[in-house]
Amino acid sequence: MKLTIVTGLTALAVLAFMVELLRRRQLQEKYAILWLAVSIVILPMAFFPFITDDLAEAIGIASGVSLVLFLGIVFLLLVTVHLSWEVSRLEEETRTLAEDLALLRSELGNPRDSSAVPAPTTEVPDDQR
Amino acid sequence: MINGKKVLIIVPAWNEADSIADVVTEVHGELPGVDILVVDDGSSDDTALRAASAGAIVARLPFNLGVGGAMRTGYRYARDHGYDVAIQVDADGQHDPRYIPKLVDALDEHDLVIGARFAGEGGYRVTGPRKWAMRMLSAVLSRLARTKLTDTTSGHRACNRKLIEFLAHWYPAEYLGDTIEVLVRVARSGYRITQIPVAMRPRMAGTPSASPMKSTIYLGRAGIVLLLALIRT
Repeated sequence: MKLTIVTGLTALAVLAFMVELLRRRQLQEKYAILWLAVSIVILPMAFFPFITDDLAEAIGIASGVSLVLFLGIVFLLLVTVHLSWEVSRLEEETRTLAEDLALLRSELGNPRDSSAVPAPTTEVPDDQR
Repeated sequence: MINGKKVLIIVPAWNEADSIADVVTEVHGELPGVDILVVDDGSSDDTALRAASAGAIVARLPFNLGVGGAMRTGYRYARDHGYDVAIQVDADGQHDPRYIPKLVDALDEHDLVIGARFAGEGGYRVTGPRKWAMRMLSAVLSRLARTKLTDTTSGHRACNRKLIEFLAHWYPAEYLGDTIEVLVRVARSGYRITQIPVAMRPRMAGTPSASPMKSTIYLGRAGIVLLLALIRT
């Protein structure tokens, strides 16, 4: 019974967190829907941890909890791979933009003193963030 | 102009303020008819300013992209401005501009000409893991290119209009991708590659990395980059 309380409360907290992020427009829609769907799938399993037992047995896994762990790890792996893919794409896009900027600057003629343009790594003071 | 060809010298430069002006001046002195594009790869010193004062065209990247990013910028410039030949020259002064007309001449028969250090001219020597890495690369890439390539990581390269368009569209920005992966893909796409022996000089500024640890890491990374390049389409 205690287990059900712990997992159930965790699932509710996660769901609330997702909804809040979504409400504040911090997540793009495609990710928002993904995580919302994940939270909703997890919720019944959290309150009734043994409902997956039958399915687990049918495919030769001893307990439903193991099945959930296994599927969870596979899912998270796929998500991280997807994020790496997205980051690669974004890097390629920023690179192209940087090149475009350099080419445009070359058309404009003499470069200004490079000290006039702060490096992107310069720390921004807290009050200007 | 060299032999009626419009030639662009591309110099990728990252914090090379000490040598860039000399390189630009020397190339201009040796080859008055060519344009020099210095791609300032996010330098924090005044590389861009000194290059411009010396008479080069300057394209300044907002942050550091690595040699690959700087070179694609250069090839895009060459493509957009209708150059027939683009030649990569390093900003540290190790490439002698007197060999450039030889490279341009070899482009009559080939699409990519590499200025190679071990092909007889000059006294460039390496030892240990770095040497093994270079041997492995030459063996594999020579097979792919169907010609003997002894210095596959040389940054001294000339390419013709056809290849400029290819490289303006695709040029990897990853570490070592600019040398190894480019050669693999260019060779596989059926471009004709050759090498011309050149003598390289010690760098005007800065020191080459030569510690055994770094060479070993270099060997490993070169191997991985090569393997990746071979399985990528």
